[in-house]
Amino acid sequence: MLSRTAENLFWIGRYMERAETMARLLEVGARIALLPSVGHGYRSEWDSLLQASGTAAGFAAKYGDPVQRNIESYLFFDRDNPSSVASCLERARENGRIVRTALTSQVWDALNTAFQELRQLERQPRSELDLGRMTEWTTRHTAMMRGAIEATQLRQDGYDFLGIGYNLERADNTARLTDVKYYVLLPRADFVGSGLDTFQWTTLLRAMSAQRAFHWAYGGAFTAAKVMHFLILNPACPRALITSAKATTDHLDRLAQRYGQATTAQDRARAQLDALRATTVEAIIDEGLHEFLTRFILETGEIAQSVHDTYLSGEAR
Amino acid sequence: MADSIFNEMYDDGRVRPPYARLEDWVRAMPAALRAMKQAEAEALFRRIGITFAVYGEGGDPDRLIPFDMFPRVFTQGEWLRLERGIKQRARALNAFLLDVYGRGEIIRAGRVPARLVYGNEAYEKAVVGFRPPRGVYSHIVGIDLVCTGPGEFFVLEDNCRTPSGVSYMLENREIMMRMFPALFREMRIEPVDGYPELLRQTLASVAPARCEDEPTVVILTPGHFNSAYYEHSFLADLMGVELVEGADLFVENGLCYMRTTEGPRRVDVIYRRIDDAFLDPLCFRPDSMLGVAGLMDVYRSGGVTIASAPGAGVADDKAIYTYVPEMIRFYLGEEPVLRNVPTWQCAKPDDCAHVLANLGDLVVKEVHGSGGYGMLVGPKSTRAQIAAFAERLRAEPGKYIAQPTLALSACPTFVAEGVAPRHVDLRPYCLVGEQTLLVPGGLTRVALSEGSLVVNSSQGGGVKDTWVLAE
Repeated sequence: MLSRTAENLFWIGRYMERAETMARLLEVGARIALLPSVGHGYRSEWDSLLQASGTAAGFAAKYGDPVQRNIESYLFFDRDNPSSVASCLERARENGRIVRTALTSQVWDALNTAFQELRQLERQPRSELDLGRMTEWTTRHTAMMRGAIEATQLRQDGYDFLGIGYNLERADNTARLTDVKYYVLLPRADFVGSGLDTFQWTTLLRAMSAQRAFHWAYGGAFTAAKVMHFLILNPACPRALITSAKATTDHLDRLAQRYGQATTAQDRARAQLDALRATTVEAIIDEGLHEFLTRFILETGEIAQSVHDTYLSGEAR
Repeated sequence: MADSIFNEMYDDGRVRPPYARLEDWVRAMPAALRAMKQAEAEALFRRIGITFAVYGEGGDPDRLIPFDMFPRVFTQGEWLRLERGIKQRARALNAFLLDVYGRGEIIRAGRVPARLVYGNEAYEKAVVGFRPPRGVYSHIVGIDLVCTGPGEFFVLEDNCRTPSGVSYMLENREIMMRMFPALFREMRIEPVDGYPELLRQTLASVAPARCEDEPTVVILTPGHFNSAYYEHSFLADLMGVELVEGADLFVENGLCYMRTTEGPRRVDVIYRRIDDAFLDPLCFRPDSMLGVAGLMDVYRSGGVTIASAPGAGVADDKAIYTYVPEMIRFYLGEEPVLRNVPTWQCAKPDDCAHVLANLGDLVVKEVHGSGGYGMLVGPKSTRAQIAAFAERLRAEPGKYIAQPTLALSACPTFVAEGVAPRHVDLRPYCLVGEQTLLVPGGLTRVALSEGSLVVNSSQGGGVKDTWVLAE
C-alpha cells in the first residue's frame, strides 16, 4: 500500500479517537462544574481541563478567561482549535476523502454522514444546543465509525493502520485524562479519599462510559487504587492503557508478519505492553502516578514515531 | 431557428423507434413518482460523493451537477457510424502527433502550416524525436460532438490530453439501472461498465520497453483539492490501480518508483491527470510541487510510459482542429466520416474580415479557451456586447476562431413543467493502445435552460445517461 494511504488511514483513526476524547472531556468539565466550588473554585477546574487537552494557550489567546460557554465553543466547534471535535471530524473526513478507495462504502458513509450532520449542527443557534446533546452526538458517530470499520473493513494492512492510529491515540488520551484527575484537578494531597476525590473519580469513569463497568468489575466503593487499576492495568476495560497497548502490539505484529519484516515499532510496543503486564498499582503509586503517566505518554509518542519512520514516511527500503 | 431544431425523439411528429418505449415510460410516471426518483438520484450522487466539475471548470468541490433522468438514445446503426468516425479521428490525431515529433511529413507536404505546429505553446520540444510505445501519444481521446439532424454529426473539438467526465458516463448508468431496472429489462441497452478494465488493458498495452514483468499502472492526480479528484479516485478504484500524487513517486537509477509501506515499488505506466508543465520540475516548471524530478529522463529512456504522452496537446488546439480532416486524408487515405464545423481563423485577414462583418450570426471562441468562457454567441448577444467583443477581436485576432451557430439537436428533458426539449452534446471516450476501442456510450451534456446552447456545467448544464441500443 502507498505510504501516503497508510498515513491517511492512521490519521483517520487518530482524529476520530481524539474527537471522541474531546467530547468526553467536555462532559467531565460540565459535571465538575456542577459541584460547589472547592479550593481554587470552578474556574480553575475548567482551566485544568484546557491544560489537560493541550488547548489552554490557544484558548487564552482567543477568549481570555475560561467561561464555560466559550470553552464549549472552543473545544467543540472552533476551527482555530486543531483539537476541537469539529476540526478532528473534518480532518478525519478529509483524510477519508483522499483515500476513499481504501475504505468500504459503509465506513465512508459513517465518516461522511458525521461531517454532513456536523455542518447542520453548526447552522443551529447555539442556544438550542445543550452540551449533553453535543457529546452524545459525537460518541454516537464515533461509535458508528468504529462499528463500520469492524463490520466491513477488509482485514488487510489498511485495517491495521487504522487500528494503530485509534489505539495509540486512545492510550495517549486515557493517560492524559487520568493525569488530569490526579495531578491537576485535586487541589491538595489531603483531599485524597475525600468526597471531592470520589466525585472526580466517578466523573472520570463516567466520561469514559465506564462507571457501570467499574461496578461490574470491582463492586463496592470507589477507591483511587481500584480506579487506577481499572484504567491502567485491567485488560477487561476497553479504554485501559493495557488494552490499547495490546491492540497496538497485535496490529504491529500482523503488519510485520504480512510484510515479512520485524520493526522497531513492534519492539517498542511489545516492551511497553510487557512492562504494563509486569507492574502493579502499588508500584505505580510508588513511582508517582503523574510520573508514570508522563513516561507512558512519552513511550506512546516514540512508538508513533517508529510507525511513521518505518511505514508512513515512504523512506523505508 | 426554432423550427429547424432536430428533436432526437421525433421525426415528422412521430416518435422515433428508439424512443418508443420511453414515451410510455414518461406517460406512466406521475409527477410525485418523478420527484421521488429525482430526489433519490440526487441522494445517490451525493452519497457516492460525485460532486465535481467536468472539464476542469472549477467551482465548489461539493457542488452536484444536475442529473437528468431522461436518457438519450442512439440506434445501433447511428452508433456504428459514429464509432467509425470517432476511431478514425483518434487514429489520425495520433498519426499526426507521431509525425510532428518525428519527420513532420504533413508539414513538408504543405498540408498544415509549420507555424501552427512548431510555434504552438503545446508543442513539446523535449520529446522531439522520441517514439512512445506503439507510437501512441493520446491514449484517451475525448471527441466532443453535436448533432444537427438525423445522422448529421459535427465534431466541435478534440481532447487529446486528459479528457474528464468519464466517471459520469459510468455513474449515470449505475444510477439509471438502479432506479429503472424495468427499462433495462425491456430495452436492449449496450453496457458501458467494461470501460475501466479496457482502460487498464490499454494502458498496460503501452508498457515501456524496459518493463520486464506484468506492468504496474498508476493514476497520477494533482491531489484531493483538484475538482476532478473524485474521478481520479473512482477510476483508480475500478481499475484496481494505485492513485498517486507527485510526492509518492521518485526516480532512482533511471527508473520510476512509488513509496509504499513495504519499500519502493517500480511503476511502469503513469496515467497522468496533470498538465505537461507539472510533470517534472527539472524539465518544465522548476516551481512545480506536483511533479516528479527526473521523470522526463526516465520517460525518454524507455523506463516509464506517460499517458497521454507529453506534447499530445498540440493536436487538440482549436487552430489545429481545422486541419483534422486533412490529417485523416493524409495519414489514413480515407474521407472523414465525421464533419468539422466550418471554422474561420481570425488570424487570417480575410477570415477575420468575414467574422467581423457577421458577428451577429457567429460563435466566436478563444483558441486556447475552455469551459464556455470568453466566447461570444452572436445570436444571443446584445449590440453592445457584440461591439465590445469586436474591439477585443480587432486587438488580438490570432486569439480567436469563429464558427456558425449550429442548430444543435435537442433531447426530451425533465423540467419543472414536465418534459421539454433541451440542447445536448456528446463526448465519447476513445481508447488507443494495442487496439483502438470505444465503449458504446459517452457523456451527454444538456443545457438545462430553455433555448440555451451552453452545456458547460459551470453555466447551468447537466448530464444524461447515453444509451446505445443493441441490434
